[in-house]
Amino acid sequence: MHIAYFSERPYHPLDEELTIAQGIWGIPNRYFDPAVGARLYNEYLDQAVLAEESGYDGIVLNEHHGLVTCMGAVANVEAAILARITKRCRIIMLGNLPTIVGNPLRLAEELAEIDLISGGRLVSGMVRGGGTEQLANNSNPAFNRECFEEAHDFIIKAWTMPGPFRYEGRHFHYRFVNPWALPLQKPHPPIWVPGLVSPETVTWCAERNYPYVALSTYLEPTIDLWDLYCETAARKGYQAGPENFGYLQKVVVAETESEARELAMLELQGGRAAAFAAIRPEFMFPPGYNSKKAAGRMARQFRNPKGGDELFVPRGDFDVGEAKKTINSPAQLKILEDSYRLIVGTPESVVPKIRKILEVLRPGSFIIRHSDGPLDHQTRMRLIRLIGQRLLPALREIGSELGLVSPFDRKPGGQRLSSGGAWQRVARVDALSAL
Amino acid sequence: MSTDSIQPCERQVLIDEIPLMLVEGGRGAPLLVLHDELGYPGWLAWNASLAEHRRLIIPMAPGFGRSPGLDWLSSLRDLACLYGRFLRDNGFDRVDVLGFSLGGWLAAEMAVNWPGQFARMMLVAPMGIKPSEGEILDLFMRSAPEYLRAGICQPASCAEYLKLYGRQPTQPQLEQWEEARAQVARLAWSPYMHNPSLPSLLRGVRSMPTLLVWGERDAVVPAATARRYQESIPDAQIALLRECGHRPEIERTQEFVNIIRQFIGS
Repeated sequence: MHIAYFSERPYHPLDEELTIAQGIWGIPNRYFDPAVGARLYNEYLDQAVLAEESGYDGIVLNEHHGLVTCMGAVANVEAAILARITKRCRIIMLGNLPTIVGNPLRLAEELAEIDLISGGRLVSGMVRGGGTEQLANNSNPAFNRECFEEAHDFIIKAWTMPGPFRYEGRHFHYRFVNPWALPLQKPHPPIWVPGLVSPETVTWCAERNYPYVALSTYLEPTIDLWDLYCETAARKGYQAGPENFGYLQKVVVAETESEARELAMLELQGGRAAAFAAIRPEFMFPPGYNSKKAAGRMARQFRNPKGGDELFVPRGDFDVGEAKKTINSPAQLKILEDSYRLIVGTPESVVPKIRKILEVLRPGSFIIRHSDGPLDHQTRMRLIRLIGQRLLPALREIGSELGLVSPFDRKPGGQRLSSGGAWQRVARVDALSAL
Repeated sequence: MSTDSIQPCERQVLIDEIPLMLVEGGRGAPLLVLHDELGYPGWLAWNASLAEHRRLIIPMAPGFGRSPGLDWLSSLRDLACLYGRFLRDNGFDRVDVLGFSLGGWLAAEMAVNWPGQFARMMLVAPMGIKPSEGEILDLFMRSAPEYLRAGICQPASCAEYLKLYGRQPTQPQLEQWEEARAQVARLAWSPYMHNPSLPSLLRGVRSMPTLLVWGERDAVVPAATARRYQESIPDAQIALLRECGHRPEIERTQEFVNIIRQFIGS
């Protein structure tokens, strides 16, 4: 099992009531303090280096634009620095947004440089981006999916097809494609695709043997998507395995249960725990971005499949003071814990819960999202060491015991299926009932 | 007079193989009506008034209402060309045109393509030209109900606005608006709701009788944009309505109908 480190690199401190009132996207940038930003970028880079030294196999970077919970608007800059200052770990982009750069050739060149500088450690991940990304970069949401697919195909071409060549597509046009610096990894860096619930994306990945990484999605719908992946893979003539799947889980760990609980309460601040649901719907769903069906699925994704209480999401007219009280309540934390959105405890006490996730989903890559509450640098560094020393060894053992083969140990798509051969599920539904 | 003969009905026409839904109602010479960016809102009081003397022909643009979307349609010019074909194929020769907001821009693009297809042109707070002051309100950064509210100067005292949009939107309404927004994104995402070459091209239609109707307090397309239209069509008349926003047809219905009637001489 490949174990990777992830932080969304949030901006903090930020007035909590402001985030609750406005949502995590669209807060005016006069609230950004460059001195704080300068410090944070450097701290996050240092933390990533420490994650490598503490035993992680990979560092995951993501890209958002104008989101106060993620400073990685130009994550390739961070990736390029990490390519030089880390030694061993994979640098995993989850992911770049080829549609919003508007120039996929430029993205192909940037990624090739990162792969070269890192000595072939880049994992290129590509995403359609959220609705807000389209607004923040003036990328037409109505053409998002077709632009994404065309940009992806073009980038692969730019990396693999000898240049120079001419390219006239529907959305992109180049008269002279001949990037001088090509990636070190051949035929090109591995591609992983993160996602929330879109079956279209899962099918698209399975058709190309690309590992699909589910981002803290509820386990029940995730199992359905794993099955869809396996079924599509079988049609393409291969048996999917753990190497085709990744899962990202937020884990808040501290020396003691009580400290872990205090840290977990900080995760709730400003309504950020509701993640994308904390963005105003008109920003989350710009016109044409989602099909009618997909918009419905998206809404369901934020709803607890077991029923019961829902995480509070500010909507319409509400009293910010009251909302703040509700958001920062132990009841909200319990909802997150009960639904496995957040696992809280000591390095030892979190193991059984993580083990269950690994037993059910059997991912070959497991990404631990560290605490992204407003913590200082020293605390974050201490928690990285703690997880490295006391949690990672236990998880590695479980990974071996369960046979969770990573995409670096077995090539995704490498297990051929004879035509018409029956495919096996990767997820274990029986393990789910034991939760 | 019997009101039956002016009741609207919906029918499908084919432009070669392309289906287009039309709402038609009224009697008299045809008047082409081009709906705004959120689609045909229904047969309103102004429609009924004008339909007493004119037969209103209201096409629903592809991707709006029950007209299926077209994969290749990606600009207002494309739509203007398609509508030109519709007029020719159906024997509409030198019709009068009345276009609202996005539909006003569409009428201007059609006129630019071929001035001969129109006798007279009435543009109600048209988009299409970049305002010299302010911006065209962004439909894509706000919900449809919020956008509709911004189109009215005094929503609380506008009876037709309250009747149409005053309550919680219904599911079909929300779906209609979302489909319209998605379609407009395909046509006019960037540059937003205008065509930089339109002012120059419009100079070619200067001899066409043109009326610009604008609410003085239009919060969607600033009323000063009327002067930019007039720079290209110097003979265009401007009718400014006081205490009125982007939708004179529902906020100042009687005044609006009188202005239009006077212009087309009914």
